[in-house]
Amino acid sequence: MEKAVNMDPEWENRAASRRQDPPGRSYISVKDYSFWFGHTQVLQDLNLDMQKGSVTAFIGPSGCGKSTLLRSFNRLNELDPQARHRGDITIEDLSIYDPAVEVISLRKRVGMVFQKSNPFPKSIYENVVYSLRVAGKNNKSILDEVAENSLRSAALWDEVKDRLGESAYSLSVGQMQRLCIARAIANEPEVILMDEPCSALDPIATAKIEELIHDLKIKYTIIIVTHNMQQAARVSDSTAFFYTGNLIEYNKTQEIFLNPQNDKTEAYVSGRSG
Amino acid sequence: MVAKGMKAYKGKSQVGLKGEIAVWFSSLGLSLGLLMIVALLGVIAYNGLSVFWPKRVVQVEFDPQPASDLGSRSVVAGIITSQKTKSPDSVEEWRLFVGNKDQYGISFTYFDRGSLLNVTQPEGLLVLERTAYGKAIGYPEHISGPTGKIISAEHPNFAQRLGSLVKECQDRGKEIRKLETREIGAIHEALENLRLHQLRLERQSELSSEDREALERIDEERARYESLFTTLATRARLLRDLQISHKLHYRLASGEEIDLPIGEIHQFFYPNQIGFSGRAAVFWNHIKEFLLSEPREANTEGGVFPAIFGTFVMTLFMCVIVTPFGVLAAIYLCEYAKDGVFVRLVRIAINNLAGVPSIVFGVFGLGFFVYWVGGTLDQLFFSLRLPTPTFGTGGILWASLTLALMTVPVVIVATEEALTAVSPGLRESSMACGASRWQTIQRIVLPASAPGVLTGMILAMARGAGEVAPLMLLGVVKIAPSLPLDDQFPFLHLDRKFMHLGFHIYDLGFQSPDSEAALPMVFATTLLLIVLVVVLNLAAILIRNRLRRKYQMAGF
Ligand SMILES: Nc1ncnc2c1ncn2[C@@H]1O[C@H](COP(=O)(O)OP(=O)(O)OP(=O)(O)O)[C@@H](O)[C@H]1O
Ligand SMILES: [Mg+2]
Repeated sequence: MEKAVNMDPEWENRAASRRQDPPGRSYISVKDYSFWFGHTQVLQDLNLDMQKGSVTAFIGPSGCGKSTLLRSFNRLNELDPQARHRGDITIEDLSIYDPAVEVISLRKRVGMVFQKSNPFPKSIYENVVYSLRVAGKNNKSILDEVAENSLRSAALWDEVKDRLGESAYSLSVGQMQRLCIARAIANEPEVILMDEPCSALDPIATAKIEELIHDLKIKYTIIIVTHNMQQAARVSDSTAFFYTGNLIEYNKTQEIFLNPQNDKTEAYVSGRSG
Repeated sequence: MVAKGMKAYKGKSQVGLKGEIAVWFSSLGLSLGLLMIVALLGVIAYNGLSVFWPKRVVQVEFDPQPASDLGSRSVVAGIITSQKTKSPDSVEEWRLFVGNKDQYGISFTYFDRGSLLNVTQPEGLLVLERTAYGKAIGYPEHISGPTGKIISAEHPNFAQRLGSLVKECQDRGKEIRKLETREIGAIHEALENLRLHQLRLERQSELSSEDREALERIDEERARYESLFTTLATRARLLRDLQISHKLHYRLASGEEIDLPIGEIHQFFYPNQIGFSGRAAVFWNHIKEFLLSEPREANTEGGVFPAIFGTFVMTLFMCVIVTPFGVLAAIYLCEYAKDGVFVRLVRIAINNLAGVPSIVFGVFGLGFFVYWVGGTLDQLFFSLRLPTPTFGTGGILWASLTLALMTVPVVIVATEEALTAVSPGLRESSMACGASRWQTIQRIVLPASAPGVLTGMILAMARGAGEVAPLMLLGVVKIAPSLPLDDQFPFLHLDRKFMHLGFHIYDLGFQSPDSEAALPMVFATTLLLIVLVVVLNLAAILIRNRLRRKYQMAGF
């Protein structure tokens, strides 16, 4: 079983020093994590750490378990009654499976953007403030402010500010995806999970979202799954390569792309497999 | 011939040919079905609407046949309601509606066209619609008041004068009805409450001095109400006397002279004088009366308003019950229940429930709701009124509940389908936003599946509104004294019996003493029932389409 091997020692040190940062600096770590759907094992003994304020890209061939791991961070896999896991994931040293942590409060800390943008059948405004509404916050002025800030952060405000009351389905697909990002950041999460957020978008819309990821990483820790190697290279600080449920290589993005240590990684990033 | 066609097709694939035949067959099936529906609707619409159109009246002369219903009369006026040619000797037979049931005792009579000596359409003939005995057809002579003759029929202002007198009497009639049903009804109710109060006091084993005082007060009050009752009754009697103080004197074509109190006239017109616009006005009045007034004469005359209202309220009430019930059940089955033997059994039961004959539901409703639930309610809350049942007898509440039970599978199936059609991505994103399962259902899944829920409601409504059999056990009546919804506290009277268009059709067509005369009303009522169901459905469909537009998924 290959673990997170081939780590650059210096990078390791930096990571270790960040871990000793004052409390409040959140980071995510996955410890001996395995995952099953029914009897099929999807993830096998994964170990990896992610820094606060970094962008981590998950790459790997289709069906290798990237989405499953991503959806483990907000425990969304558990909607499937067959899901089982072993091992642990901690965010800021607190296990996400801690019985004292409610799933709902976890999902407030960990926002998510899906591959297929799926706005709710509501107005643009209501889409953005949905997470506040379900949390019972209904103060109009707060909601207005959150809606504007989130839409601004998602670089959508100028396009929709005059039509907030219109149905979200009146937007273009690229705008919808940015709306979903605005929706995910409205509740001020600490982590944002993105599962192939650009796979349905044209190059211009993709470029907008990538730019957005750059801006967002100042405030949020971002994990992004992508099939687009250039995109992974452009937006991420570090990259993890998965293969059939195993973490093959995890390193700084530059290293993964320019100097891969594992043959499979090299084959995959150079487009010879997967 | 077929072979030739085959040859022509040989170059192409065999499948194409087969497909073509299948298309022909299916389109044939469709057109046959459509044809039958259109024909049925056409017949109903034609017959139902022609009832209201005022037709010309003919006067026929013939050799008296003492053995017939008309005895020794040799002239009669009437409306031709059918002209049939009998095949062997090709004699044309007329069926004449002669009216004047008070004099002739019959509504229709038959003539061979050949035996008629003379057929005319005299302009002077007047059709009178009366509160009793249906239509009268005759020649007006004069109007007389308490002091004698007022105006003769030859006078140019006669029709106008008659019209104003009829109007006056109708207004007075409304006043009388208000007096008798409202004010006197209120007194009856107050007296009944006093009686119940007294009964309650008297049932106590010991009477305190306070109670005795209360009893005395009850006696006083009763006396007060009774004197009030006498005053009102006297006033009503005086008004009633006024209703018959003026009389219209008319002569039948066959010679009889009759005095008819103006208060008994509903409407009158000269069928052979009025032109198209006059006819249209009468037509319109007839439709208004049919829709807005209460039935008269064992339902064969007058309107069907109480039946429309009863059907409408019952159907709406059924929807109000069945929708939440069915939606909740569907939500449980679809969102919460784990797929297993139990859920599968429930599903089978639901599907089979849809196939149970409606009369079985009626029997169940009678046994469970009326006798058991209603009987228990009566014992608990209305024991003083016993043995007169309040809820322990058929009523609109039990009828709606039973129909709701009958139609709930439809709503469950439709709703479940709509719920499963909501994309899992929507649910996941909602949960990922920190919504609980219930919040997701309530805020995302239900609104998105609202069109499907409405479809279920439409289907339930279509089934429930036309259902008659179970209602006959559950409180539908021939004539209901009051509506289930009125301006008297508590406004919605769920224990009341009600009238229903479906039952009205059955009652008119098969239970009325003169079902031939009632036939036009059967058609008109059927038309109305169909229109009502269509209108309810259209309303629901409009709402559904609006919702669909609102929640339409983007096209990707
Ligand atoms: N709900 C589920 N039930 C059973 N098996 C599942 C379920 N979801 C995913 N799997 C399986 O788990 C494995 C990993 O799936 P996952 O979606 O994580 O792959 P992925 O790396 O995201 O692939 P892609 O790049 O195509 O999105 C696949 O073999 C898939 O068939
Ligand atoms: Mg995936």
